[in-house]
Amino acid sequence: MARQRFSGLSLLWNSLGKHRGWREQWRRAEPKAEYDAVIVGGGGHGLGTAYYLAAEHGLTRIAVVEKGWIGGGNTGRNTTIIRSNYLFDESARLYDHSVKMWEDLSQVLNYNVMFSPRGVMMLAHTVHDVQVAQRHIHANRCNGVDNEWLTPEEAKAYCPPLNIDPGLRYPVLGAALQRRGGTARHDAVAWGYARAADALGVDIIENCEVTGIRRDAGGAVEALETTRGVIRTRKVGVVAAGNTSVVLGMAGVRVPLESFPLQALVSEPIKPVFPCVVMSNGIHAYISQSDKGELVIGAGTDAYTSYTQRGALHVNMHTLEAICELFPMFRRMRMLRNWGGIVDVTPDRSPIIGKTPVPGLYVNCGWGTGGFKATPGSAHVFAWTLAHDEPHPINAPFTLERFREGHLIDEAAAAAVAH
Amino acid sequence: MLLIRCPHCGERPEPEFAYGGEAHIARPADPSAVSDDGWAAYLYLRTNAKGLHAERWRHTRGCGRFFNALRDTTTDRFIATYKAGERPPEGPR
Repeated sequence: MARQRFSGLSLLWNSLGKHRGWREQWRRAEPKAEYDAVIVGGGGHGLGTAYYLAAEHGLTRIAVVEKGWIGGGNTGRNTTIIRSNYLFDESARLYDHSVKMWEDLSQVLNYNVMFSPRGVMMLAHTVHDVQVAQRHIHANRCNGVDNEWLTPEEAKAYCPPLNIDPGLRYPVLGAALQRRGGTARHDAVAWGYARAADALGVDIIENCEVTGIRRDAGGAVEALETTRGVIRTRKVGVVAAGNTSVVLGMAGVRVPLESFPLQALVSEPIKPVFPCVVMSNGIHAYISQSDKGELVIGAGTDAYTSYTQRGALHVNMHTLEAICELFPMFRRMRMLRNWGGIVDVTPDRSPIIGKTPVPGLYVNCGWGTGGFKATPGSAHVFAWTLAHDEPHPINAPFTLERFREGHLIDEAAAAAVAH
Repeated sequence: MLLIRCPHCGERPEPEFAYGGEAHIARPADPSAVSDDGWAAYLYLRTNAKGLHAERWRHTRGCGRFFNALRDTTTDRFIATYKAGERPPEGPR
């Protein structure tokens, strides 16, 4: 079945037919007996991996297996912030690879992912914050990543709702602004990759949970056991976010991950009032406004490991108090929904993308509290890793071996959340 | 918010406590004899259990003492708490 292309003309044409001419955007695939590669996890990173395997590496027999529905995990639960202002060279290369891919992703996929480079502003509240922010700005500029320093007045000019009263408990002393950063529509990323991958013959199999990994006499992967039967394959890419430890455990592989609940919440929808993304690591708040009008607010992780996809209210309250202090105009806003996702956190807060000790088993995990921004770049280099059986130069520093060798990429200070 | 039973003070709300990570991970007795893989495992590898998890908590805003807990990470329900140095309780799980 040929894919329908989206364009202004196709919209007009279908509107004349009262929109009854649209077809399903991807097939509801049944698992086949055997594939060349199977991706475990149907979020943005997993679907993207399947897409790039098919589009750039010529693999045709690929499946994505997802225990729930695609985009129903952290892809559909995050606050959609996109930026690449990370401190270390390795991270700058990885995350900026992604930001560059976001810029034309809608055209590449022929699907509007609503990438909006509206600017990401990170606030500084103390002398230490100022020093850290300026260090980041200089490091970013050395790596060709845009980031600039704003005075409190310039920050307020960029984001008028911001309270820069010097009498605040944590006054705004300035901000670092990455203008190329912004947001995108989270569901559209999953759907866009699913549609584009499906058009290249990828089978997207929902409600199919992996229950075991079969290995041959040499220890290599030979099949996946799932709730929908056994699927033979010699290449498995695990992109299972918070459940990565569980899936890899089926092959006896231990990874340095802990899974924590991370919460987010949205307000009732209002008219456009908030022009950019604002984050504060110091007092822990991050906020933007969706195109639908809701304020999208990210809270922190709970203190303890959990798989419950829900967190405690006092964690949200901590963030809301900071939001109300920084943006007093929101003090009487009502929150509409809150939810949690399970994020897989590594000791150095950088992801793990590479091979595992088991031949044929690859992993892309450890994105912790900030994986959405990396979706295209992560999928792109992980597909390369699966296809070539070795890491792409961009993800070569992000393999499992760094924990043995001590080459950690300690981005804890640069991550969105004050861990 | 969790209600946590400190073995010394009784049941208290979660904000009184600090989480201390996985329990029963002993520092190698002879550090110079440990391989790179052994150190990586000691420092970084955790069970990250989906289900029963033995973990440390500290009653920071109470008695200040560390203790251990058995918690089900799929429900966040505490099965038991016990003092530091004790083994996890046996019995129906």
